[in-house]
Amino acid sequence: MTDTKTPYLEQQEYTINMGPQHPSTHGVLRFVVSLKGETVDKVEPHLGYIHRGIEKMSEKMTYPQIVHLTDRLDYLSAHINNHALCMTIEKALGVEVPERVQYIRTIMDELNRIASHQLWWCAFGMDMGALTCYFYGLRDREKILDIFEESCGSRLLHSYYCPGGLMKDIHPNFKQRVKDFLTYFRKKLPEYDTLLTGNIIMQERTKKIGLMTKEDAVSFGFTGPAGRGSGFSCDVRKHHPYAAYDKVKFTEPLYTEGDTFSRYKVRMDEMWESMNIIEQLIDNIPDGDYQAKMKAVIKLPEGEYMQRVEAARGEFSVFIVSTGDKSPYRIKFRSPNYCNLGAVHHLSKGFKIADLIAIGGSLDLVIPDMDR
Amino acid sequence: MSFSIYDFTAFNQAIDQWLRSVMSPGWALITELTIIGLVFLLFYALVGLVLVYAERKVCAFMQCRVGPNRVGPYGIFQTIADFIKLLMKELVTIRKADKFLFTLAPFIVIIASFMAIATIPFGKGLHAIDFNIGIFYLLAVSSLGVIGILLAGWSSNNKYSLIGAMRSGAQIVSYELSVGLSLLTPCIFIGTLQFSGIVEAQANGWLIFTGHIPVVIAFVIYMIAATAETNRGPFDLAEAESELTAGFHTEYSGIKFAFFFLAEYMNMFIVASIAATVFWGGWMPFHISGMDGFNHVMDFIPPFFWFLGKTIVIIFLMMWFKWTFPRLRIDQILTLEWKYLLPINLVNILITAFIVLMGWHFVK
Repeated sequence: MTDTKTPYLEQQEYTINMGPQHPSTHGVLRFVVSLKGETVDKVEPHLGYIHRGIEKMSEKMTYPQIVHLTDRLDYLSAHINNHALCMTIEKALGVEVPERVQYIRTIMDELNRIASHQLWWCAFGMDMGALTCYFYGLRDREKILDIFEESCGSRLLHSYYCPGGLMKDIHPNFKQRVKDFLTYFRKKLPEYDTLLTGNIIMQERTKKIGLMTKEDAVSFGFTGPAGRGSGFSCDVRKHHPYAAYDKVKFTEPLYTEGDTFSRYKVRMDEMWESMNIIEQLIDNIPDGDYQAKMKAVIKLPEGEYMQRVEAARGEFSVFIVSTGDKSPYRIKFRSPNYCNLGAVHHLSKGFKIADLIAIGGSLDLVIPDMDR
Repeated sequence: MSFSIYDFTAFNQAIDQWLRSVMSPGWALITELTIIGLVFLLFYALVGLVLVYAERKVCAFMQCRVGPNRVGPYGIFQTIADFIKLLMKELVTIRKADKFLFTLAPFIVIIASFMAIATIPFGKGLHAIDFNIGIFYLLAVSSLGVIGILLAGWSSNNKYSLIGAMRSGAQIVSYELSVGLSLLTPCIFIGTLQFSGIVEAQANGWLIFTGHIPVVIAFVIYMIAATAETNRGPFDLAEAESELTAGFHTEYSGIKFAFFFLAEYMNMFIVASIAATVFWGGWMPFHISGMDGFNHVMDFIPPFFWFLGKTIVIIFLMMWFKWTFPRLRIDQILTLEWKYLLPINLVNILITAFIVLMGWHFVK
């Protein structure tokens, strides 16, 4: 009988399971970590705990119904996911949405991005052990959620966009509330820096941890703030502008160190940039229709259509194969979290367990997006 | 009976004489020990209750929320309700766990903190033991708590508890060095290890003011090391909720968990009261030399309240640390101790000894 060594475990290795229920893997993700002492040797993520078959379900639903499903993918970038799907459908039908719709969609997207990054900051601080961060981030996020509730009707899973435009026009209070929020948050964001970014303990725990070079980022498909932290310029809003992004001036934060701290800084800078974008657009929303004229039953012509957007976590794209029916033949979502997760082993090999938590936090993983 | 709230020595002696007159000296001693034991047990429980409530309120206010406010006015009965709930929980017995060690571990932790609290002077004459080697004894008995933690981790028969206990053990043993050395610095200034002597020597001004820079450095190091000793604040890796469940006390439930919980808060109290005694003058009021009227008003407040007030300020500081800072990694904790705090401590002691030998210090 030959003595076969299993490829994963050797004699001195020690495997622990950061199971699907764990305070730090935000969502149901299972990491099987094999350690040598305190150092991580191999990380194996096990997915599928929240696989709901969204892509398969979509094959039975009409296109406006699928919008509600895209919400549930990366629920923290709900607007942005909706935007991707609606743009794909509009592109396929050759519908030109009114200018007003483009502006409002951009503003909502950016507000969503700020809200998502706020929640990321909360959770990141909490994983590091600074439990107060959670409350400060959520307190400020509530202001955005109140704005959403007034205009879109719900706080988290909005489904505000529909193919052709918006479900309803924005509330008359929207403009003033957004402006108030901007003045409020511009004062609060430096507080975040004082509390966490400048803290020597936090810097010691995130600098030079979880290194990813630019070449590796490109080959892993490591997009979003995580990729920009490694110097990979991948912002879809810059390279393939959509909606009203070609009308605004904003910079793409890029850092070359490729460690957890630079991924952190990228997200903090993105919050400032989003506020700049909103400020440039909020006063100039053109009047007009909030919906283009669409048929009652939407049928995409035969062919394949694709559209990509910059979600809060990376590049999210929708690919539809249509046979002329009112449901897609096949719809595929390219989720940024799934591709980012592929790099976890590469990032955390050689670091400690506590660093694995920091790395996971800096990747900002949302599990339902991975599993779809 | 001569009861003075400013000086308990006469009161203690009066009780002692009365007991000896009523029963034989042996029985009198036993009665005294029983009374002291009961008083300390009550104090322990009371301090535990108050500190848990205080922590929840303080942390809530720092996090823009209110904290417990339903059970009783302003939620003051919340801790009592929590402890009643803990008492009613099932004591889960673990298969293949070493039952004797498993039950023994929380007791060792509590015994260590009891032994430590006996030496602390709460007021003039208000202490249980007054050794001539007070600080030495204190350092020795507070090191016994580590045994309890290691036993808890080992006997739980659980990978995660073991990791947590090992980390905690390494951390505590390392920081005991810093605690010891930083407590030695004021002792070199004052010249005695006896607690009452240390407090009496600060009658003309608290050591942190009269001791100048070496004592300030020693105080800062002591605060860091003491926070690490009690597994609190930025050094709570052993019980990091976001990492490996609850560390060494994962498998404990009910009253045994309550013991660990209480012991942690009691340790915080002890550590804060030592800092208050050695660095901030113990039960000595705050005097400014030259302002006799002010000094007279300060003397009016009983020493016990001075002591409590100082301890409370230091406890608040420790709570503040915990809720603001992120956590350090275990290798960073140990690096901090061995590469930074220990050398600074040693240099500090050298400087202190030099100052005392040259006679440049103001505290005899």
